[in-house]
Amino acid sequence: MIWQLDLIMLVMVIICGIAAINVKDLLGASVLLGAYSFLMCLLWAIMGAVDVAFTEATVGAGVSTVFCVAAVFHTTRRTKD
Amino acid sequence: MKILGKISVLLCGVLLIFFAADFPDFGDPNSPASTYLSPYFIEQAMSDNAVPNVVSAVLADYRGYDTLFETTVIFTAGLACFFLLRIFEDEKKLKYYRHIPTGVTLRIGEGKKIPENSSVFRRIDATWVPFDMIIKTTCRFLIPFIQLFALYVVAHGHHSPGGGFQGGVILGASVILFAISRNLRAALKRVGEKTSAIMSAAGVFIYAGTGALCLVLGENFLNYSALAPIFGTDRVMARSHGILAIEIGVALAVMAVMIWIYYNLSSAGKQDEGL
Repeated sequence: MIWQLDLIMLVMVIICGIAAINVKDLLGASVLLGAYSFLMCLLWAIMGAVDVAFTEATVGAGVSTVFCVAAVFHTTRRTKD
Repeated sequence: MKILGKISVLLCGVLLIFFAADFPDFGDPNSPASTYLSPYFIEQAMSDNAVPNVVSAVLADYRGYDTLFETTVIFTAGLACFFLLRIFEDEKKLKYYRHIPTGVTLRIGEGKKIPENSSVFRRIDATWVPFDMIIKTTCRFLIPFIQLFALYVVAHGHHSPGGGFQGGVILGASVILFAISRNLRAALKRVGEKTSAIMSAAGVFIYAGTGALCLVLGENFLNYSALAPIFGTDRVMARSHGILAIEIGVALAVMAVMIWIYYNLSSAGKQDEGL
């Protein structure tokens, strides 16, 4: 485990998480959530939990992003709050 | 209201960081989690059920009930999406058809329609854009390999990371990719709504049925050793095969539910025109 790499990824995870809440564009938010999931998947892999990383990559970064985009497709793209 | 939310989030974060200091170090062999059950799983998994991947052994064998009800939760999620979103409406909407030789778009309303098997007219979505050759060809190339990889992940879950959940999601994602690269109706023709509903129930049934079969053969529920006479192997290997059987059930259920949720979400329940 390289701690510099770990630190960079952890900071990126936090940035992605905060940005996904604050961004006004819902499509952008769902893509940011996908990026968050993928970074979390890398973190799991670094920590040796390869099965969890695999699940996170398929479910979190893959299918749930598609579901979010499909849901945004039927609503407005910008949030009001 | 927003400030109140921020304060509560910050409070929770501070509390979490405060109590995280009491956690054992990462990979500490003396932590309670690593002294109680983990050594047993790591040492005995191979001799108990001949599965090199300890995670698969724990998920599918030692904690079989947990995974059974996880699969049921996923099935329930698919059912919930169906009951919340699905709309069965009569055909009074405007429909758009494209005349293939000339590229003219026709708008037809009031329940009239062109026969579905017409060779010159093709139904298109209201938000139709011309198909991109690159996307269509790439997806056609990729989908078989994605499905092959998914089957490998399911079948090889004993020996490497993976298993029913991941393989099922990848299988479902390949059908979703097909639906995105063509259109929803093309995907519905391959994997229909009824097929996905029946397959998601069948996956849970395979899992619970394997457990019940063990019960019939005179052992505990989900104790795969009982299946030894059926598989024609010794009791240890029978547990390995039993894990494969339930992984197939999980993969079937997860795949079908992912496709089912996508159909209902992307078309707002009409399953007519979609993403």
